[in-house]
Amino acid sequence: MNAQPQRPDDRGGRAQPMLIAKGLQRYFPIRGGILNRKVAQVKAVDGVSFSVLKGETLGVVGESGCGKSTLARLLMHLLTRDAGELIFDGDPVGVPNGLPLREMRRNMQMVFQDSYSSLNPRMPAEESIAYAPRVHGMARAQAKDTAWDLLRRVGLQPEHFAGRYPHELSGGQKQRVNIARALALGPRMLILDEAVSALDKSVEAQVLNLLCQLKRDFDLTYMFISHDLHVVQYIADRVLVMYLGQVVELGPVEEIYRAPRHPYTAALLACRLTVDPADRIDDPPLVGDPPNPVNPPSGCRFRPRCPHAEAVCEAKTPMLNEPVLNEPVSGPWNPHAADHLVACHMAHPGSGHSKAMH
Amino acid sequence: MSGLSAITDTATADTVVAAVASARLRGYWGNVWQRLRYDYVTLGFLALIILIVLSAVFAPLLAPFDPNRASMAHRLKPLFFRTNYLGTDEQGRDMLSRLLYGGRTSLLMGILPVFAATIIGGLFGVVAGYAGGRLGMLIMRTMDVFFAFPSVLLAVAISGSLGGGMVNQLVTLTVVLTPPLCRVAETATSQIRGMDFVDAARASGASTMSIVFNHILVNTVSPTLVYASTLVSASILLASGLSFLGLGVSPPTPDWGLMLSTLRQAIYVQPVVCAMPGVAILVTSIAFNLFSDGLRQAMDVKA
Repeated sequence: MNAQPQRPDDRGGRAQPMLIAKGLQRYFPIRGGILNRKVAQVKAVDGVSFSVLKGETLGVVGESGCGKSTLARLLMHLLTRDAGELIFDGDPVGVPNGLPLREMRRNMQMVFQDSYSSLNPRMPAEESIAYAPRVHGMARAQAKDTAWDLLRRVGLQPEHFAGRYPHELSGGQKQRVNIARALALGPRMLILDEAVSALDKSVEAQVLNLLCQLKRDFDLTYMFISHDLHVVQYIADRVLVMYLGQVVELGPVEEIYRAPRHPYTAALLACRLTVDPADRIDDPPLVGDPPNPVNPPSGCRFRPRCPHAEAVCEAKTPMLNEPVLNEPVSGPWNPHAADHLVACHMAHPGSGHSKAMH
Repeated sequence: MSGLSAITDTATADTVVAAVASARLRGYWGNVWQRLRYDYVTLGFLALIILIVLSAVFAPLLAPFDPNRASMAHRLKPLFFRTNYLGTDEQGRDMLSRLLYGGRTSLLMGILPVFAATIIGGLFGVVAGYAGGRLGMLIMRTMDVFFAFPSVLLAVAISGSLGGGMVNQLVTLTVVLTPPLCRVAETATSQIRGMDFVDAARASGASTMSIVFNHILVNTVSPTLVYASTLVSASILLASGLSFLGLGVSPPTPDWGLMLSTLRQAIYVQPVVCAMPGVAILVTSIAFNLFSDGLRQAMDVKA
């Protein structure tokens, strides 16, 4: 990606993607009745594949409830996946002879959204940060030094903030402590689950700048989950658009923002608000709610809300890895996936959709 | 001059930093104490509790008479009858001495079962709350069975089947007090378990044991302790009730509940003297209740 020196813990080399996800799937059972039998299941994440390249920021966008957070928790192994494969820097995770879970957790950490519940109210900032290194066997004094150093790196003077409890910190300060805690194990990749969404705009900007700074300092890779399209445009290199537990579009941020190819992405981008009153949006780009993920529509899941829906959309599920313009198959986990992938029949030549390219 | 003021400024700044640092180092219990320190009402009740406990502990030194020495000549005497400052009971025994000695039994009945129930109920509650699923369900539904009975009825039933005596009474009270404490611990635990910092700890690779001790227990202890402190007075009252019904300690052991029970026949003869054990129960209960109220406020941690 860039000419930075390779980190000593970089095993696969620059060209190996940091993380490859293949066909991740997680259904939540809904139990009911007298016998507490499984009566239905919520398809929270349904066949999600993508890769995160080293040193990039992958933005993940989508409406609330589309499975963004479930995806993050699957990647962190806070939830077990029903199916699918994870490859971290060339090593499969959680399989025999693969990368042990504990090792992967040293390498990949997560920053949580809710700054209220993401810090232990009974632990001072310093202890919250030093906890993970202590768990991994670091001596108390050394862990404290690490915590103080990280506090400095996230812009909090340790002399003032190390001993503070969460209720003595503002929202922005709490989020800085959260970021410091995620960095305490020296990870190579951070999953930021709505990490700045709860902050007010000026603090959000400060924390975003901090994240950019830290990314350079520590040579990090980010997966940035957000519902704020402006923030994603600012921070991300590539964007992954989710709808109802599936990836509908994946590609470079400029390309997707300039020319979205999935009608859902187009509608999502049309929802962005501007500060220019002349650009007021009067007509909603999209009406209705997403369908119930318990019983998603057949074929394309966006079909019921799509202005371009045709018979083929009901009959056939559009795949993300459909070859574009007769090129050889390039899966979404393809390491060289600089290409723009879309799960829409209109983008797939010969799909049978009247607006499909030929 | 300006140089001097600069020096004093740095000095003040240093002292401020030092003061802030020392304030930070106090930790949670230090902060609780800081908040309690200026709550004079709670401190007053704490002093009262200490006074009651001390008077029970040092009853042999404080009591003017042997609590079991009867005198047929001086039965049911009023307050300030000679040196029987609180009068005498239906067998002519000194009320003050019996109240001091009775406090030993009653406080024991108030504190020991609550202590035992906090440990047992807390343990089950934390396990049920953290494990959830079938195990949590099994524990909590079992507790619900005990909950289904009114506490007095349950106590009477258990006491009745075990028989009287102090040990059996302690066991009874522990069994009765365990379910509510278990439920409080379970609620607190399952609430904490769902919070992101527990997930963050799991994501860092911490073991279940480490998470429970470092993240769950510290947040479960204070609501459970506060609730337990409110149960002390309930336990004293329940124990008194059992003794009153003859299911607790047996005569002539002095016990506030038992004394109230035996003296009630003389309520028209010496109403004030007969009410004395009740007053002791009342004062002790109120002291524990209001102290736990203040404790709850002081232990309330903002997130």
